[in-house]
This record gives sequence, structure tokens and C-alpha cells, in this order.
Amino acid sequence: MPSASSGSHKAGRTLTVDRVAGGGLAVFAVFVLWQSRALPLGSLANPGPAYMPMALATLLLAAGLAIAILGRDTPGVGSLGFGEWRHAVAIFGACAFAALGLERLGYRLTIFLALLFLLGVVERKRPVVGVVFAVGFAAGTYFLFDTLLRVQLPRGPFGL
Amino acid sequence: MLETLHNLAVGFSVALSPSVLLYAFVGCVIGTLVGVLPGVGPLAGISLLLPATFGMDATRAIVMLAGIYYGAMYGGSTTSILMRIPGEAASVMTCIDGYAMARKGRAGAALAIAAVGSYVAGTVSVVGLMLLAPPLAAFALRFGPPEYFALLLFGLLVLAYMSAGSMVKSLAMAVLGLLLGMVGIDQMSGYFRFAYGVVELGDGLGVVPVAVGLFGLAEILATAGQAVQPKVIEPKLRELLPSRAEWREAAGPIGRGTVLGFLVGIIPGSAHIISSFVSYALEKKLSRRPQEFGHGAVAGVAGPESANNAATSGAFVPMLALGVPSGPIPAVMLAAMMVHGVSPGPLLIRQQPELFWGFVASMYVGNLVLLILNLPLVGIFVNLLRVPYPYLYPAILTFSILGVYAVNGSVVDVWIMLGMGVLGYVLRKLSFETAPIVLGVVLAPMIELALRQSLAMSDGHYGIFFQRPIAATLLVVGLGMMLLSLRTFIRRGLDWRARMALAEKGES
Repeated sequence: MPSASSGSHKAGRTLTVDRVAGGGLAVFAVFVLWQSRALPLGSLANPGPAYMPMALATLLLAAGLAIAILGRDTPGVGSLGFGEWRHAVAIFGACAFAALGLERLGYRLTIFLALLFLLGVVERKRPVVGVVFAVGFAAGTYFLFDTLLRVQLPRGPFGL
Repeated sequence: MLETLHNLAVGFSVALSPSVLLYAFVGCVIGTLVGVLPGVGPLAGISLLLPATFGMDATRAIVMLAGIYYGAMYGGSTTSILMRIPGEAASVMTCIDGYAMARKGRAGAALAIAAVGSYVAGTVSVVGLMLLAPPLAAFALRFGPPEYFALLLFGLLVLAYMSAGSMVKSLAMAVLGLLLGMVGIDQMSGYFRFAYGVVELGDGLGVVPVAVGLFGLAEILATAGQAVQPKVIEPKLRELLPSRAEWREAAGPIGRGTVLGFLVGIIPGSAHIISSFVSYALEKKLSRRPQEFGHGAVAGVAGPESANNAATSGAFVPMLALGVPSGPIPAVMLAAMMVHGVSPGPLLIRQQPELFWGFVASMYVGNLVLLILNLPLVGIFVNLLRVPYPYLYPAILTFSILGVYAVNGSVVDVWIMLGMGVLGYVLRKLSFETAPIVLGVVLAPMIELALRQSLAMSDGHYGIFFQRPIAATLLVVGLGMMLLSLRTFIRRGLDWRARMALAEKGES
């Protein structure tokens, strides 16, 4: 196991967390600056719609560069643990499915399928448990919000 | 003073009448339930239930709607503490230390401190509302666009200055939030900015999807797949209430949060949100152990919770005394009053003293009802944490999607939440605080509008910010804090350089 001082010394020569983060912010700032070209800038005395985004993007660019320059002492990117990435992708996928399906399949069907996927496939719970939980939760929340609180939730095929 | 007490006695005679008391209780119960459900905040709650009050007389209707308002403000802290999902933007700061306390097995203590803090803040600020309404409201009216711009800038600078972590990182996050807040129609020119053809983005990024994504979803993405799952917390009865040491730690922040929240609440804008951010930053700076913030500091719950509840009462000052709503929720309340034939303003106190003082007295009663209602419920709420995480997180995800969708009935908001969830997940890995992003998103449209209106007022001269005393004072204090931060920053830099020099010497 390397010592702390050698670790930080090594970090000074490689990609560190702050260098990546600062670089990312700087790239985003440049992207905003590029995109703002399409809008009228106005003048210092009479700012247009692009004025504030450009001023803020310039500030973000400066902050990003400062973070990157000052960040050579921080741990290397390799130290970041992404062990949970499979789970994270699966959860994101379930949420994305919910966003896509909500107005096509209706609230109850979409949430039922998303919950069934999360419990059955991601968490590997017994199918019966998954189905009971998914049906109960989808129907229960629908009743609470749509029926009792009158929040209009989308209905899908067959009025589901 | 005697006259005030006499008027208050009249108010209590109205508020303690059985029917008004019942409506205050019903309002508080509904408000708490609305607040506990993520996504359905006080604004949605009041808007949804407004038609239900049409058949009531004005006093009962307004007392019930006010009960929903501060009930929801309190209820929002429950999901923040237990699940790290802010019911609405004002609860964002409670997520940080409240959730950390819950993970340490102190969820009951955090909920109890939030309840008592909210009660104290609510009650004390009603005294403020009663005594200071007319002069403070008159002062708040002196805020034009330049003062407003200076105040908002000051708020951002305070947040960056008070941050115990890297000031550059906090500022970068606030600027990122401001940039995200630029999405949508430009209020001055009508141009669509960064909407890429998505019509729903015309209104900009909503605060609820941004906050739920950055806090709730990011937390789930980061923890659900960990090899060691978050432990199921099984709180014991004696652990439900705060210890004596925790009460002592909470006392100061509750007091400061109350005063700060009330004063900020009077000023137009999203006061309850700003007050909780500023209170958190203040407590972090004043703390002897700032390193505990983010890891379950009692002051990190007590301060912001008190501040946002005090701001709730503070927001009623300009609404009742001048008929000027200081934010979207008071605006809906104002509309509700007008529907019932009541015109808030300077004449309200003189022409309808029973309604005004009855409303004030009902706020005392409502706060007490909330405390009585919520302290015994702490045990029930905390039991949610007994649910194993593989079942709990899908349930949280469902509430998040549902709550975010319910705000505008728009799937685009769900996509925004997903995007913010991924951003929050990545930023969390890179050790960035995400709270300033939410503040930036809230402040961006206001700060830009205030700047451009100020420049329109002054024919493009930036001197206007220094010619007006309130704006100049706020800017000078803000800039002074920035310079102080720079001094510390440079010193820290020297220390770092000195350490490096020493290390190199040691190596050679």
C-alpha cells in the first residue's frame, strides 16, 4: 500500500478528481458560450438574453480552471469507486422506462412494470413478492393521489 | 401595546371557537400529509384544496388554508430527514444533516428537533408579525430592483463565504445552478434560451425536479447497489427523543434561525428557501465543529427548519399589511382571501379586525396543534426506516416520479429529475456539494430580472447599485466577505505551499 505522501505525489502527475471535475465544468462552460452565440448579447448598459448566460459561463470557466489547476493535490480518479454502476444503470433504466411509459401505458401499468423489474430482476426477490408489492404500490399510490387528492394521473389502454 | 393585547384577546375568542379550532386542526393534518408526500408541496396543496373552501366563511377558510401552509412546511422535513427527498425546495438543507442523523440512528431526534424548532420559530415569528407588521412591511416596500439584485447577490456570496469546504467549488456549483436557471423564456425579451425545441422548457427547470433529482435520486443511484446495503434502522423508544446535549446544541440555531427566517421572510422572493440556505451557512460558520456539518450536525437541522418556518410567518407581513404577496404561496393565499371577499392591505386591520386578529391567533393555535400532532407521530414516521432498503428505494422512486410529475403534469419534469439525478450522482462522487445548485436555479430568473430592471431604471448606469443605501450596504458587505475569504484562501495557499516545500526538503 503506498504511503500518503507518495500517493499525493503520484496524484500530482496523473489525472486527479479535481482536475477531471474542473475540466468537466470548463468544457460545459465552453459549450454554453458556444450555444449562446445564437442569442443577442446586447451591451453592458442594455444586456440582451445572451448576456447573463455568457457572463455566468465565463465565471464557470474560470472556476473550473481554478479547480483543475489547484486540484493536483487531490486523489487520483482511479480512487473513485464505481462498484455500484450496474445497479445504478438498472435503476436509471427503470426510471427512464417510467418516464417513457407514463403517458403511453398509464400510471398504474408503468409503475407496476417498473417496480416488478426493480424487485424481480434487480433485487432478485421472489416473483410472488414482487408482483404483490408492485400491484399494491401502483394501485395504492394511484388511489391516494388520483382518487383522494385529485391529482390527475395518466391512464393507459383499457383505462388502466 | 395594551391595544395589541386587547386585539389579540378578540382574536383568540375567534380562534378558540370550536368550529375555527376544528378547521385549524383539519388544515394542519392535511398540510402535514401533503408535506410528507414528496413533490406535493404547500403550493400544490393549497391550490388543490382552495375550491374545497368556497362554501366556508372567510375566517374558517383562511384559517384552514394557513394551517395547510405551515403544516406542509413542517411535513416536508419528514421525508427530507427519513429519505433524503426534499418535499419542496425549502427542505433541501434539512436533507443534508437530517438524513445523516437518520443514518446514525438519530432520526427520531432529528424529527423532534425539527418539530420543536418549527413550533418555536412559528410562535415567535407570529409575535413579530403581530407587533412589527406595519413598520417592517413599509421597510420591505423600499426594496426596488437594485436592492433586490443586491440582496440576491449577497445571498449567493454569503453561501460561498460561509461554506467550510472549498469556496471555489461552492461558487462553481452556485454558478452552475444559475446557468441551469437560465433555461427557458427570457422574461425581458421573450427569447427561448437553451430549450432545444422542447416547449415545456419555456418555463425553465422546475425547482422540485431539480431538488428531487439532485438529492433523492442521486442518493438511490449511489447507495442501492453498494455491496454493503444501508442498514435497516430499528429505533428504540428511548432513542426517539433528543438527548439533553442535542437540545443544548439546537437551542442557539433555533433562536438564530427564527430571527433570520422572519426578517428574510418579509422580503419579496422565495424567502423561505433563501432563509434556510442562509441559516445553514450561518450555523456552519458559527459552529465550533464545522466538520460535523454534512455528517449529522444537530444545528444543520435546527437552524434551517426554524428559519423556513419563521419565514412562512414573515411572508404574511407584507401580504396582510400591504396586500403584497412575497412569493407564489402568499400569492395563492391572497387570491384565496379575495375569493372570500377579503381585501388584504392597510385597511384590513381596521375594517375587519376579527378576521385579522383571528387569523393571527389561529397561527398560535395552529403551531401548537402541529407540535401536538407531530411529536407523537415521530415514532410512526421513524418506523418507515425499518423497511428493508430493497423495498424502500423502489417505493421512494415511485413517490419521486409521481411527485415530480404531479407538479405540472409533465413528463419533461421526470426527465429533468433523471438528468439531475445523474448529475448529482457524478458530483457526489467528485466531492461537490449540490445544495448551491438548487439555490442557483431558484435565484437565476430573479437575479437576472432585477439586474436588467435596475439597468433600465438607471439608463444603463451601474452606479445605481451604489447610489441607493440599502443596495450599497448589501453589496459592500458582500464584497467585504469575498475579500475576507480571499485572504483566508491565500493564507491557506501559503500553508499548502509551505507544506509542499517542507515535504520536498524531507525527500531530498
